[in-house]
Amino acid sequence: MRLLTHNMLSSNIKGVVNGFPLRIEAEKVIHKEVDLNPDFLRNIFSKIEWRALSDAARSLGYAELPEEAEESMLDSDEFLGKFHHALLEIHLEEGALVCPETGRKFSVSKGIPNMLLHEDEV
Amino acid sequence: MEGIGWKTAQIRLVSSHPEVYEPCDDSFALVDALLADRTNLLLHRPAICLEVGCGSGYVITSLALMLRRQIPSSAAYFLATDINPHALSVTGETLAAHGVEAELLLADIASGLEDRLAGKVDLMVVNPPYVPTPEDEVGAPGIAAAWAGGENGRRVIDRILPAADRLLSSRGWLYMVTLTANDPSQICRLMGRKGYASRIVVQRSTEEENLQIIKFWRDADEESAASSPTTIAGRVIESLTSHLPRLSSFRGTH
Ligand SMILES: C[S@@+](CC[C@H](N)C(=O)[O-])C[C@H]1O[C@@H](n2cnc3c(N)ncnc32)[C@H](O)[C@@H]1O
Repeated sequence: MRLLTHNMLSSNIKGVVNGFPLRIEAEKVIHKEVDLNPDFLRNIFSKIEWRALSDAARSLGYAELPEEAEESMLDSDEFLGKFHHALLEIHLEEGALVCPETGRKFSVSKGIPNMLLHEDEV
Repeated sequence: MEGIGWKTAQIRLVSSHPEVYEPCDDSFALVDALLADRTNLLLHRPAICLEVGCGSGYVITSLALMLRRQIPSSAAYFLATDINPHALSVTGETLAAHGVEAELLLADIASGLEDRLAGKVDLMVVNPPYVPTPEDEVGAPGIAAAWAGGENGRRVIDRILPAADRLLSSRGWLYMVTLTANDPSQICRLMGRKGYASRIVVQRSTEEENLQIIKFWRDADEESAASSPTTIAGRVIESLTSHLPRLSSFRGTH
């Protein structure tokens, strides 16, 4: 699971108001290189909750992202490179995503998060 | 190597598991619909693509290959969900065998994604469990959940439609497989009330079932209206009613 996906997930347990962002408990993190595509990054930038991304990256040991970002920063190749790496190249392989409100854990196994809810959580 | 030149997933490279739905007429029809609409899709340049119920991974892999031929790698973000954990492992293997990637999630339709992914999906594809079955077979563990659709085969479809409406971006497109028994004209009217135009991209009759692949897009989306022969729900209904006499029970034939 990439941090882009982490950025799109929230805890949807019944009654939870603030289910985003999910806290990451990492057991295994891997890095996979992919080609950088500036158009894609510019396009996706506005859809990203920046603070959640930079915090998530930091919690996985990548502290290069600024705490805040704005559109104009996309003109910098250096910034694009860091954004690209954090968003698409860091993968959570094993671990859990933790609901910020209830502490309920959504396990991540072989890179696949289990977002299924139990009957009493729907 | 790795799928350069392939337009769709290669059956010999599609992984399998006893509890995972194998690519079948419906899967092929959906991929054919995407191929038939490929020129439009390439112009559409979807940034975020989602498949609900990916099964073997045949469809999402084909989609990734299709779009990759013109759009450089990592230009689109592909997500696939399934309620069956084996399906996700199989999909992962199928994607890898073709040298393409997608993010995989074990989810009920798009559970966990509804909030943050709302209004962001440019392309959604679904081959849902659509076979009319007794209600208690819907969502049962294992292979039955691949086809069991409850009354009129609509139980899961009727939960997918509002999810799609929520997830699709203002320029988003949805391609979905239906069976005549699902009352597709009623589905089109329902989506019409939410502001979607629709068109049958592929229609296929086999011994056992009449399949339609319906494309939905927001009515105000001039671009797609202009680039594809505009057909609104009305015309879809017309072409469907001609098949109604053949409606019969499809249980277990999926
Ligand atoms: C007809 S099969 C299609 C598989 C594959 N997309 C294809 O076209 O060959 C339907 C798939 O949807 C999955 N499914 C059923 N109910 C679901 C749900 N509520 N959420 C997500 N996936 C579901 C099944 O496990 C199965 O893999």
